[in-house]
Amino acid sequence: MTAMESVARTTPQAVIKPFNVWRIREDFPILRQKVHGKPLVYLDNAATAQKPQVVIDTINRYYSTENSNIHRGVHFLSEQATAVYEDARAKVGHFINAPETREIIYVRSTTEGINLVAQSYGRTFIKEGDEIVISAMEHHSNIVPWQILCGQVGATLRVVPINHDGEFWVDEYEKLLSDRTKFVSVAHVSNALGTINPVREIIDMAHRRDIPVMVDGAQAAPHMKVDVQDLDCDFYAFSGHKLFGPTGIGILFGKAEFLEAMPPYQGGGDMISLVTFEKTHYNVLPYKFEAGTPNIAGGIGLGAAIDYLSGIGLEAVAVHEQELMDYATEAISGIKGLRIIGTAKEKASVLSFVLDGVHAHDIGTILDQEGIAIRAGHHCAMPVMQRFGVPATARASFTFYNTQEEVDSLVVAIHKVIELFG
Amino acid sequence: MSDLSELYQQVILDHNKSPRNFRKLEGANRTAEGYNPLCGDQFTVYVKFEDDVIKDISFQGSGCAISKASASLMTASLKGKTEGEAEILFDRVRKMLIGELDTKSNLHELGKLSILSGVCNFPSRVKCASLSWHTFHAALKGEGKLASTE
Repeated sequence: MTAMESVARTTPQAVIKPFNVWRIREDFPILRQKVHGKPLVYLDNAATAQKPQVVIDTINRYYSTENSNIHRGVHFLSEQATAVYEDARAKVGHFINAPETREIIYVRSTTEGINLVAQSYGRTFIKEGDEIVISAMEHHSNIVPWQILCGQVGATLRVVPINHDGEFWVDEYEKLLSDRTKFVSVAHVSNALGTINPVREIIDMAHRRDIPVMVDGAQAAPHMKVDVQDLDCDFYAFSGHKLFGPTGIGILFGKAEFLEAMPPYQGGGDMISLVTFEKTHYNVLPYKFEAGTPNIAGGIGLGAAIDYLSGIGLEAVAVHEQELMDYATEAISGIKGLRIIGTAKEKASVLSFVLDGVHAHDIGTILDQEGIAIRAGHHCAMPVMQRFGVPATARASFTFYNTQEEVDSLVVAIHKVIELFG
Repeated sequence: MSDLSELYQQVILDHNKSPRNFRKLEGANRTAEGYNPLCGDQFTVYVKFEDDVIKDISFQGSGCAISKASASLMTASLKGKTEGEAEILFDRVRKMLIGELDTKSNLHELGKLSILSGVCNFPSRVKCASLSWHTFHAALKGEGKLASTE
């Protein structure tokens, strides 16, 4: 079965139940546990999200009853495994409204998706003297692959500044675009600040100059409806593990016209159609970019996660998260000596903050003793930390299974930090 | 919360708030920068090393309470030590932080540094406490400019 045929197998319309956070929490076995004797309050969702039982069961079932290598066996199990794996690809395509399933490339992570584009597209089409534009709020994984490429081909990296609220500076971006600009890569949502970037506008402005655009969707895909046709992005990458799926699986969407023109990223099995020692003919999309036995369980698990998320409904998720963010922002804004880093008008459920006289790492340890998991550090976005003049921030990031009661616990724990450091 | 109070003892909070020898050292002949990429802690350690003796030692930079207090306590305990004595202390502290030293039977040698013994119960914080020591070691050995906990 080909990826194209698998579209027909998918049943995209999930039944959406009324949103009930307490019922939803029961789907996540990890949330039932205690940490240091306190109920776990998991507020590190921007780092990785927890997995619903259905995802765990799907992976378990795959290894228990379906495990086999895909695309090569003629036997029953291999056909089974290939079918569910390709079915998951079609689900992903539907999830982000990709025109064709062959435009969905399985990768390990968002990071690998960006590296694939930088190395395959970049090394082929970007030359000495060309410029690549990114923003000042990028994750290291949307900086370093482009720096590596610039070093390889002699191109230059240009950086769009952000304002004091942590918003993308559209006017400065427009000024940076020139005949030398050959690629733009920006985050849809900033992992360190929560800022939702005006990617549609960013893409429009680049397209007017025929510049292709890649969007790092790692932080966006779990929180909002992503429509790659509406955005008209040329590439879009996101990770499975932030989307309530397993680690080690990610997705790169690329427009077919780009993917067709790009050389393979890695060589090996599955990405070829014919090999002789004289010449190798590459396989069709998406397999051209999928050398080696892939993360089959990961792909299938991601499919289950997408079904689960679609069952809740991204609209309901967005409403719940917005309510939670408003509640949390108000609750911690009143704490003396606390400063929120990242105050964009359009913001996802990421709350980065610093406390006067207390390093984020100390906040993290003290909160951990209260059972509260947050991220403390530079969030793989050191330039963002430099921009705001802080060495690190504490970051609470929320998702649909978090509650106002958990926000209350966070506030109480922050007061304990202040008390200790007096 | 007994673990937490063991980690954040009053002496540590005090050294965090008012770190000792927290300045650039004029006349230092050994310096190194230390960096913990995990949390962004960054310190420079300055050593004035003459006639096999640490005549003076100081540090600058930013970091969490544990790393700052550890650096502060380190400077206070290393002043006047010979290279050999400093090496022995470095080894003791390193072992104490990972829980491989019987702190009680080394109390005399460790002195005030023993208050950092609680760190071994917080694996994610061991690097915070050891950063300044690794940096000092790199400075003393003249092993280039950048020490790392990685």
